[in-house]
Amino acid sequence: MILIQLFLIFAQIGLFAFGGGYAILPLIEKEIVNNFHWLTYKEFLEVVTISQLTPGPISINAATFVGYKVGGILGSIVATVSVCLPSVIIILIVVRFLKKFETNIWVTNILKGLRPAVVALIASAAYSIIKGGGISDIKGIIIGVVSFLLLRSKKLNPILILILAGIVGVIVYI
Amino acid sequence: MNVKEDTRSKLDLLLSIFIVFFKIGVFTWGGGYAMLPLIKNEVVEKKKWIGSEDFIDGIGVSQSIPGPIAINTATFVGYRICGTLGSIVAVTGAILPSFVTIILVAMFFLGFRELTAVQDFFKGANPAIVALIISAVIDIGRDALKRYREVIIASILLFLLLYFKIHPILAIVISAILGLFLGEKK
Repeated sequence: MILIQLFLIFAQIGLFAFGGGYAILPLIEKEIVNNFHWLTYKEFLEVVTISQLTPGPISINAATFVGYKVGGILGSIVATVSVCLPSVIIILIVVRFLKKFETNIWVTNILKGLRPAVVALIASAAYSIIKGGGISDIKGIIIGVVSFLLLRSKKLNPILILILAGIVGVIVYI
Repeated sequence: MNVKEDTRSKLDLLLSIFIVFFKIGVFTWGGGYAMLPLIKNEVVEKKKWIGSEDFIDGIGVSQSIPGPIAINTATFVGYRICGTLGSIVAVTGAILPSFVTIILVAMFFLGFRELTAVQDFFKGANPAIVALIISAVIDIGRDALKRYREVIIASILLFLLLYFKIHPILAIVISAILGLFLGEKK
């Protein structure tokens, strides 16, 4: 039963994973944290951080982690396969009439239409993490602002910034 | 004899598809776009499995359908080289490194996560995650919101997401429908 649920939820997440990366976070939060309680909000934040520090896209990392947590190795396989399945199937269909697909007016209009949603979804992910306790005190605000400035002005690698911020956390929160 | 040789060369091909995409999977840290030059280098320049133009078309499609761009590109390239079986092998190879890593982290981490130092690490990393996401909003917003109409739609959707807690899928569906009705007719 849990395997069927994992399959359905992660296939749904895979089907609506537009815009890459962070845009999928609100959907994962809604289904995995709020509806199914497979992760607490705190665990969800941990998975986001872990996924940034390990290879692979967020949606797939989240699927593997949640699948393992609720259904062991088999659960992680089911969740990982099902999150990939929709896009693999769509590509295998579309690849047969590639040029027509890319220039189809319906397709381009829908894609252009999706852009504002992708921005709104990513912005809501940031808001939700701040509100959910991701930044809880003045130290957090300082770490966030400094990370942001390093990212924008020095163009430091995001993984490096994340590790530095984590180490600063270990030092200042001791 | 011929049939045997065919099978064997097909197996060789599938194996090298697997190895190339496994390698790509190992080096895909922090977002799919970073890996596109790597995929291109391997499959277009080194292996010459597909042409440069075909590859660019494939990226176009990979961006327009749901799912991580790395996985979509692997599916496309795998299909071009060796049909449906090729795409399955390519995707499996691309996913396997992150799959194994996360399984190890999950096994190892679930026992360690209550340690104070680990919790403090996450407490420090969370604000940095927020910074990364806000930075992505700025970069993607600059590309995606070129007209006032798009800014207004994005603002309304954000409002609906935050205050009315609408389902993220509903936000996607609303904007797709708006795109259909407000988009160019020809």
